[in-house]
Amino acid sequence: MTRLFISRDSTALSLGAEQVAQAVQEHAAAEKLNVEIVRNGSRGLFWLEPLIEVETNTGRVAYGPVQASDIPGLFAAGLLSGAEHPLYVGDIEQLPYFKNQQRLTFARVGLTDPVSLDDYLAHEGYRGLRNALGLQPADIVKQITDSGLRGRGGAAFPTGIKWNTVLNAPSEQKYIVCNADEGDSGTFSDRMIMEGDPFVLIEGMTIAGLAVGATQGYIYLRVEYPHAQLALNQAIAAANAAGYLGENILNSGKTFHLEVRLGAGAYICGEETSLLESLEGKRGMVRFKPPLPAIVGLFGKPTVVNNVISLASVPIILDRGGEYYRDFGVGRSRGTLPLQLAGNIKHPGLFEAAFGMTLRELLYDYGGGSASGRPIRAVQVGGPLGAYVHESQFDTPLDYEAFAAVSAVLGHGGVVVHDDTVDMAEMARYAMEFCVEESCGKCTPCRIGSTRGVEVIDRIVNGERKQQNAELLRDLCNTMTFGSLCAMGGMTPYPVLSALNHFPEDFGLQTPVKA
Amino acid sequence: MQDYQTQQATVQAILTAHKDQPGSLLPILHGIQDNLGYIPAAAVADIASALYLSQAEVHGVISFYHYFRTTPPGRHTLHICRAESCQSMGSKALEQHAKQTLGIDYHDTTADGLFSLEPVYCLGNCACSPSVTIDKQVYGRVTPEKLDQLLATYQGA
Repeated sequence: MTRLFISRDSTALSLGAEQVAQAVQEHAAAEKLNVEIVRNGSRGLFWLEPLIEVETNTGRVAYGPVQASDIPGLFAAGLLSGAEHPLYVGDIEQLPYFKNQQRLTFARVGLTDPVSLDDYLAHEGYRGLRNALGLQPADIVKQITDSGLRGRGGAAFPTGIKWNTVLNAPSEQKYIVCNADEGDSGTFSDRMIMEGDPFVLIEGMTIAGLAVGATQGYIYLRVEYPHAQLALNQAIAAANAAGYLGENILNSGKTFHLEVRLGAGAYICGEETSLLESLEGKRGMVRFKPPLPAIVGLFGKPTVVNNVISLASVPIILDRGGEYYRDFGVGRSRGTLPLQLAGNIKHPGLFEAAFGMTLRELLYDYGGGSASGRPIRAVQVGGPLGAYVHESQFDTPLDYEAFAAVSAVLGHGGVVVHDDTVDMAEMARYAMEFCVEESCGKCTPCRIGSTRGVEVIDRIVNGERKQQNAELLRDLCNTMTFGSLCAMGGMTPYPVLSALNHFPEDFGLQTPVKA
Repeated sequence: MQDYQTQQATVQAILTAHKDQPGSLLPILHGIQDNLGYIPAAAVADIASALYLSQAEVHGVISFYHYFRTTPPGRHTLHICRAESCQSMGSKALEQHAKQTLGIDYHDTTADGLFSLEPVYCLGNCACSPSVTIDKQVYGRVTPEKLDQLLATYQGA
C-alpha cells in the first residue's frame, strides 16, 4: 500500500485540495490501486498547494501545485513511485524555503495526520507532558521562564512571569484560556497549528494547567476558522478517550478539561480582557487593568491567557528544556517565530525561524519578491495595528526590540506585502476605518478618534489645508496612542503615522511635516 | 419570515442543552443561528428568561458581534475579505464586481433570495489573497472571473 498526503489545511482547501483528494480516491478505486490518503496539515509552502506527497522507499516525494484534472496524468507518469512529471517538486524538506527554517513549534505540521494520536505519539508528542507530570508546578514555570518565551500573540509579554503570577494567586478555581481569535490580517500561523497539529496546542494547555493549578481550559476560536474547529474537536475527543485529558491524566491524579468556544466576528475579542468578557457571554468590552487577568480573569478567577503559538511552543520546551529553546534567537527575543508571508508576494507561506533574520532576507531570499513582479513598496508587519515598513528599513532584524527601535511592531509575525500600486493614504484611511468598525466603544480616543481620523485623512487627501490637517492628524494619533484603553485605539496610529511619515507624497504632501 | 411558533421549539431545545454551561450565551446564539440561519427577534425574550438576563442585555450581545444576524440570510452567503492582505491583491475590485453582479450592497440579500453579501475582516487565507467564503467554503486567489464561475455553481444548489 502507498500512502499519499493531501492537506486538509484551509488554504490548501481554498485552492482545491478536496477535489484533488477526491480525484485521487476515484482514480485509485477505478484502477484498483492500493493507496491510503492521509489528510495532513500544510507544509506551509502555499504556492505549491494543493500539494501531494507520496511515501516512497526513498522518502516522501512532492508534486504541486496539483489540480484535480492533473490526476490521471500524474498516475500515468508514475506518481506512486515518485517519478518525474512537470509538477514534480521532490523532497520538499530539501527546498531552501523549508530547509533553512528552524521548525520547533511547527515540527510536525504537514508531516503527520493532525488528528491521529498515534501519529502524534510517534513523532515525539506528549513527551513534554510526561516530563511535566514529574515536576513540581514551580519547576514547570521555571522551564518556561528559562526558555525566554514571550507572548507570541503580539504583546511579547514574558510567558513565565504570567504563569508565575497565576501560580501564586490563591484560588479554588483557575483557568487556562487560549486566545485563538487570530484576527490580524496577514496572520495564519495559529490556524495552521490548530488544523495541522492540534495535539501540540492541547498538550501545551494541559502543561499550563499543571503549572498553575488550573483544571479547566478554553480555546476561544474565531468563527471564521471552521476547519480548525473540526480538527481541534477531533483531537480533544481522541485525547480524552486516551486519558491525556479529563480526570486523572495518565493516572497522575491531575485533572484538565478542555473546551472550544467560538467567537462571533469581533476583532476586539483578540484583546485578552475583551475575550474574557465574550467567554462569559457578554459584549466584548475591554476591561480596565488592573486587575490583571492573571489575578482576576475569567469568571473573576486567576487566568492564564496565552496565544496559540505561545502555548504550542510549551511542549518542546518541557521536552527539551528551557535552555534548548533559549539558544535560538537574539537579544531578548529568544526561540523561534513562525513568520507568515502574505499579500503580494511570490512565495507566500509559513516560515518559522529563530529571531534575527532581516526582513529583506525573508522578502527576497525566500519570498521571491512581489507576486505581481512590481517593486515592493510597503510591508505591513504585525497585523492591522502594525506599522508600514519602508524599503529603507528592510534590513531591520526580525526581533521585538529591533522593530520597536524603528517605530514598528513585530507582533504576531504577519508580513503583508504591497507593491508600488498601493495608495498609502488609502491604507492609512483604512486603518482608521477598521478601528471605527471594530472598536468596542468603551474609551473615547478609540471610539471617536477613529471616526475623526477618517475625516481628517479625507480632508488632507482632498487638499483642504493640508499642512494643518496633517498636524491635526498627528495630534489625534498622539491622543489615541496615550489615551486609549487597549491596543486597538492605542496602536491604530502605527499604520497611520508610518504611512504619513514614509509616504507623504501619497497624501499630496511634498515634504514630511515636522513631528 | 417564518412564524416564531415553529422556531420556538428549536430555541427551547438549545436553551435546555446549554443550561448548565458557564458563560453560555454565545454558544446558545451560535446554536440558534446554526439551526435557523439567524436569531429571530422573538427569541430574545426566551433567551433572556432562561439566562436570568434582561432582554436589553441579550440584544446588546447580539448586536455587538458582526457574525450574528437578526434577519434570515439568502440561501447562500458570500463573505468577501476586506483586510489588507486581500487589498494588496485586488480585493477592492472584487468587492465592486460582486456588488455590481449581485446588484446589492453589503448586508443585503438578492431579490431572489439566493445570495447574501457580507464583509469579513480576514479569513486567515492571506497567503492566497484575495479570499472569499461561500457558506463555509473558503476560496483563494479569487479574480472577478473566478467569482462569477463560483456563483454560477451555487446558483443551482
